[in-house]
Amino acid sequence: MLRYILQKLALIVPTVIGITIAAFAFIRLLPGDPILAMAGQHGITPERYEILKEQFGFNLPIWQQYFNYVGGVLHGDFGISVATKRPVMTEFLTLFPATVELATVAMILAIALGIPAGIFAAVKRGSWFDQVTMGVALTGYSMPIFWWGLLLIIFFSGYLGWTPVSGRIALNFFLKPITGFMTIDSLLYGNWPAFVSSLRYLILPSIALATIPLAVIARQTRSAMLEVLGEEYVRTARAKGLSPRRVVGLHAFRNALIPVVTTIGLQVGTLMAGAILTETIFSWPGIGKWMIDSISKRDYVVVQSGLLLIALIVMAVNLIVDVLYAVINPRIRVQ
Amino acid sequence: MTDSRTIVTRRPPSALGEFWHYFAMNKGAVVGLVVFVLLVIVALFAPWIAPYSPDQQFRDSLLTPPVWEAGGKAAFLLGTDPVGRDMLSRLIHGSRYSLFIGLVVVVLSLFSGIILGALAGYFRGWVDALIMRVMDIILAFPSLLLALVLVSILGPGLFNAMLAIAVVLQPHFARLTRAAVMAEKNREYVTSAKMAGAGHIRLILVTILPNCVGPLIVQATLSFSNAILEAAALGFLGLGAQPPTPEWGTMLATAREFILRAPWVVTFPGLAILITVLAINLVGDGLRDALDPKLKRS
Repeated sequence: MLRYILQKLALIVPTVIGITIAAFAFIRLLPGDPILAMAGQHGITPERYEILKEQFGFNLPIWQQYFNYVGGVLHGDFGISVATKRPVMTEFLTLFPATVELATVAMILAIALGIPAGIFAAVKRGSWFDQVTMGVALTGYSMPIFWWGLLLIIFFSGYLGWTPVSGRIALNFFLKPITGFMTIDSLLYGNWPAFVSSLRYLILPSIALATIPLAVIARQTRSAMLEVLGEEYVRTARAKGLSPRRVVGLHAFRNALIPVVTTIGLQVGTLMAGAILTETIFSWPGIGKWMIDSISKRDYVVVQSGLLLIALIVMAVNLIVDVLYAVINPRIRVQ
Repeated sequence: MTDSRTIVTRRPPSALGEFWHYFAMNKGAVVGLVVFVLLVIVALFAPWIAPYSPDQQFRDSLLTPPVWEAGGKAAFLLGTDPVGRDMLSRLIHGSRYSLFIGLVVVVLSLFSGIILGALAGYFRGWVDALIMRVMDIILAFPSLLLALVLVSILGPGLFNAMLAIAVVLQPHFARLTRAAVMAEKNREYVTSAKMAGAGHIRLILVTILPNCVGPLIVQATLSFSNAILEAAALGFLGLGAQPPTPEWGTMLATAREFILRAPWVVTFPGLAILITVLAINLVGDGLRDALDPKLKRS
């Protein structure tokens, strides 16, 4: 098992190096002078220009700039945000829990609904349930989620008035972050109204963000189940008189789970991309909104680091999924 | 007495006939195809179908609701936007942008992906390693994020958005082509073509590639709908097509502040995106059923 993990790690090393080169190249590929580009329309004083030039190390040879950059990254130094003058890493760490909280709730929703829906659709293949579920799933898969989020706001916040339009918690609550997860922090403080408020703010964005993963998981579960249900060991299990629940739940589902786990892992990238749109629509203070705000503020140091950090996180999660995959499927380990 | 019965021989169905047989078994795919063809017709004849020009402003009819709501006017079936432009006309013209975006992105990414994938799969060695590592790096980033960053380098705009999306979608084609070329490369028909003196380019383009077409078509369909979605998302974030272009995502961006006052300016452009993408994905599902030999029954 350890050998398998080390092998996987060795395989992603070139990609990780490539990602750092891509992030490093980003600022240098900006048209014109990168410092002037970041300064924007207001311009910049010559003194400040020299300070920034020194700070970025633009006066050094390019390979030295790269090694300095990677050296900094390895020490957790991602530079200073041009807009807020705070270290990028500090900002990232304050905002990241918000994204994780939203993405986790969305993923739980997607798995909790997607897997049962896919199983039932496969078991009742060709039934109205199957057809409706798959129709809804394909619609969800085709959904422009930035529009879907707006529709949810129009209906649930505007028309019914059930949920708040944007933000993370009602403004009258102020909780000093412990974990950074609003739902967990409010429980830790024993502040029940704050917990309810944070849940209410979570509902719409997590539905919007869950939509595409939910559709993908339901479709994948159905096709994996269909494949497995035709296997001989399932027929054997049926023939020896096991209850349908046991056949489907134990014999079929456990084998169908393997491709489903891979699919779930691959959705992490989708979630990060979805977070950019969802957070923008619901003014959710996470890293997706942070990236968009930084792009419009031309805070390219933040964009560069966000790009690098998000790619590294996605890679790390995919690595974990690969390992999980080997845990549930021993054949992979042996190869 | 001679036997007057004639023996009816049925010729084996042509490749196209067989394809259509399997495609038509999927009712959803047929519906998707019909909707898609209608969309293409609307896009081609937009200036003749649309009641008004997409930029014409009716200053006395700002934010008119659709005709079936109170205050709606028969002159503006789907209502007007905040500056008094007819929604229906803008949507009809918007179909041109979406289909154009899909087409350009697919052509760009298909060509570059096939070339890179074929080179990697055919020559292997360091060419393969170099090309596929670059593809891995592109795939390591969430697609929308990479497209966003590329657009912020290239500058916002429709053309740059298409270019960025093509870069992001291209590795899928490269991977498919590479795998197919590697699988076919050592087959006997390829060896015999090589013996007959075919050069590298002929072997790749004429001998091998036609046998990899099926999966590429399915992937192209998926990329077509993805390209439309991502371009709309970039437009929505203000980095794609710029106002006053009647691109659907851009229309949504400018309509955002009116969502609670005038829901129709938000509802219709998104619905247009959804219908288009859904139709193409339905066709994609049908194509996969028809072109994937593993799924073919009998």
